[in-house]
Amino acid sequence: MSDHEYVPKSKFGKWFNDRLPLLTLRNHLTDYPTPKNLNYWWTFGAILTFCLVAQIITGIILAMHYVATAGLAFESIEHIMRDVNYGWLIRYFHANGSSMFFLAVYIHIFRSLYYGSHKSPREVIWIIGMIIYFLMMMTAFMGYVLPWGQMSFWAATVITNLFSAVPFFGESITNWLWGGFAVDSPTLTRFYALHYLFPFLILGLVILHIWALHIPGNNNPVGIDIKQPSKDTVPFHPYIVLKDLFALLIFLLIFAFFVFYSPNLLGHPDNYIEANPLVTPDHIVPEWYLLPFYAILRSIPDKLLGVIAMFASIFVLVILPWLDTSKVRSAIFRPIYKQFYWFLVADVIILGYMGAMPAEGTYLLIARVATAYYFIHFLIILPFLGIKEKTLEVPLSITEPVLGGSSNQTMAKDNSNLRDNL
Amino acid sequence: MSESDKKKPNRRDFIITATTAAGAVGVGAAAWPLIDQMNPDASVKALASTEVDISGVQSGQSITVLWRGKPVFIKRRTQEEIDSARSVDLKDLKHPEKDEDRAKNPEWLVTLGICTHLGCVPLTDKGDYKGWFCPCHGSHYDTSGRIRKGPAPTNLEIPKYEFVDNNTIKIG
Amino acid sequence: MKNFIKLIIFLVLLTSFSSHKLLAESSQENLKVNWSFKSFFGTFDRASLQRGYQVFNEVCSSCHSIKYLSYRNLTEKGGPEFSEEEAKAIAANFEVTDGPDSTGEMFTRPAKLSDKFVMPYANEEEAKSANGGAYPPDMSVLVKARKDGADYIYSLLLGYEDPPVDIKLDDGVYYNKYMYGNNIKMSAPLFDELVEYSDGTKATTEQMAKDVVSFLMWAAEPHLEQRHKIGFRVIIYLIIISILVYFSMKKIWSRIESEV
Repeated sequence: MSDHEYVPKSKFGKWFNDRLPLLTLRNHLTDYPTPKNLNYWWTFGAILTFCLVAQIITGIILAMHYVATAGLAFESIEHIMRDVNYGWLIRYFHANGSSMFFLAVYIHIFRSLYYGSHKSPREVIWIIGMIIYFLMMMTAFMGYVLPWGQMSFWAATVITNLFSAVPFFGESITNWLWGGFAVDSPTLTRFYALHYLFPFLILGLVILHIWALHIPGNNNPVGIDIKQPSKDTVPFHPYIVLKDLFALLIFLLIFAFFVFYSPNLLGHPDNYIEANPLVTPDHIVPEWYLLPFYAILRSIPDKLLGVIAMFASIFVLVILPWLDTSKVRSAIFRPIYKQFYWFLVADVIILGYMGAMPAEGTYLLIARVATAYYFIHFLIILPFLGIKEKTLEVPLSITEPVLGGSSNQTMAKDNSNLRDNL
Repeated sequence: MSESDKKKPNRRDFIITATTAAGAVGVGAAAWPLIDQMNPDASVKALASTEVDISGVQSGQSITVLWRGKPVFIKRRTQEEIDSARSVDLKDLKHPEKDEDRAKNPEWLVTLGICTHLGCVPLTDKGDYKGWFCPCHGSHYDTSGRIRKGPAPTNLEIPKYEFVDNNTIKIG
Repeated sequence: MKNFIKLIIFLVLLTSFSSHKLLAESSQENLKVNWSFKSFFGTFDRASLQRGYQVFNEVCSSCHSIKYLSYRNLTEKGGPEFSEEEAKAIAANFEVTDGPDSTGEMFTRPAKLSDKFVMPYANEEEAKSANGGAYPPDMSVLVKARKDGADYIYSLLLGYEDPPVDIKLDDGVYYNKYMYGNNIKMSAPLFDELVEYSDGTKATTEQMAKDVVSFLMWAAEPHLEQRHKIGFRVIIYLIIISILVYFSMKKIWSRIESEV
């Protein structure tokens, strides 16, 4: 299982590998020892890799036909939808792809939170992941501006105006971002340039993310370290590759349903009205995947503090490995954490829902409570829980609870026993 | 070592072969839209024809018009030029074509203004044969647009065209 | 897990409560039409699209542009599928400005298939001043630019009625029960027998509304039929390959499961 012993068989392979060890890399990736008890929540890493590559490919294609100028952007999208061969397919794939990408990334993040994948020794993986997530939000936001519909324009206006909250320099910053005194053609063109660049930054970070993963190896549902690689792990290829592929295909089925049968369901009708700087739509909402942050922003009555709270809600995730003080990784063995985990899931969904509703009355009140819980969860409950919580007994090795049966079933049984104990 | 060897599949099962084959078909089918999108789109294909007013062209003059993004030479030939084009022995030609076939109406020669060598636009009324001369790599064309000297392999291409009336040519 | 179920129940209650509240806010629920293009295999009704074009041409197009469509689209597969001669004849009824000619002058000529649909007004300002300050929106993607697009526009076309006694309307403003805020600056555009269908279909208001909305749906989504067709194949393919991959995976994993 060790990479260092690998020697290519052919003479040419050896010659090449001595100069550029690509074959060693390939060997490392295919033989990479993966815990054999990974469940399907672990397949989202591969699904996300697919999403990124698919978005980059379809994005480059769209860039071949799109015109990033205020007067022509909307028209060029219609040109793609009507005239370019399969343009409608590629654009609908790209637009829905962003939603599917975020769906997968949220599952991936919440899987980490449940099984404690962010904890030592995997903090750096987690932090890189959070940077990727932040870049993804920026990329998605700038991509949403490109069709130059009403929602594009007003989303750009509202989000760039966040920076006007900065004391003293606010106006200079917004004018610098816009290249003018309001969102206009220069803004669109620079967003386009950055929307093209960021995915490649993400790609670079994804490589670092995987590199950092391959140092300690994967976490796993029981959250304990690998004791005997020969018993506890399987080579990545073909075992995990096939499992990831199967999960990806199921994911693609859902994806295809959106692309072919409800391509505009996740979008907003107003974005089919060309941008008009004189009229704001009645309800401005960001795309669904940004709604929780939008709710946090609006729940704070002060402009500057709202912006700070929104950025803090992301930053708090970055420092999470040090906030979550429990030595036990997996929620399976943390009965109280598990409760709070589901509270957090509910909280984020509620925040998302409130982000889509008008910021008034009961909605605003619920959003405020949910915002408060979000920060309390990370800043108070998690550090405290790590010290106070009485965790269940953790098995000695991955294979230990497996003795006498197939791994998956026993794990499931094991799970339900534990749940009943709560 | 023996442990990991045992874990690796050692024979190809039918189901795995079938999966691989079906997967290859799927990847191929998915690749087609990604390739086809670069082909000329519906709006470009629709701009197939251009009508040109030739009433102002004097004998011996030629005009260059744009058709599908390419230059087209429309030359109103003098009797002398027609005679010189028609008197050539086909054996002397690199790409033998009769002038009668190239210019249905002998007075008007319509050719694509693109050198068949590497795509430059030849200069009108220049070169050893008083037809066209391509400055890029020195191809000489005669008054029928046929290659006579130089690296170009074939004669200047004749686009599809028709006379709508005495003063209008429709190209494409 | 129990918590999770509780959470779901809570969310469902919350959602139903608030969507109920939202519905109460909006004025009227749209009329529902059983559109031929809605289902998984949905296609357009050609005859309806052709009639819809007629309604658009004779009624809507005097104020509304449809600027992203070209006359050639009328012949394309999956649309009204007029013959090329019919579409050429339709195009030739319109004058477009072309040029400059060899003397540098712009000139007008009859439209060709490759031309975009001619707009009733040169620009938004002219359209506004001709319509009492209201801009008749471009219809190219109108169905996609409204929530519940096809049903909404259909409802709107049939939603004109006398205002309730307590509501006073300004000049040039009409009452429509499906319009947001109920005030609309477009007078009722359709009434029975307004157009004469050449295929003998009776031109009731409902029929015309249905035809023109079908036409607008096609205009907004010209590749809908192709999308449904390809989508069906993709999904069938994905199901088959998923099953194949599933059994391949089982086969390969069985090698270690038996070992443990």
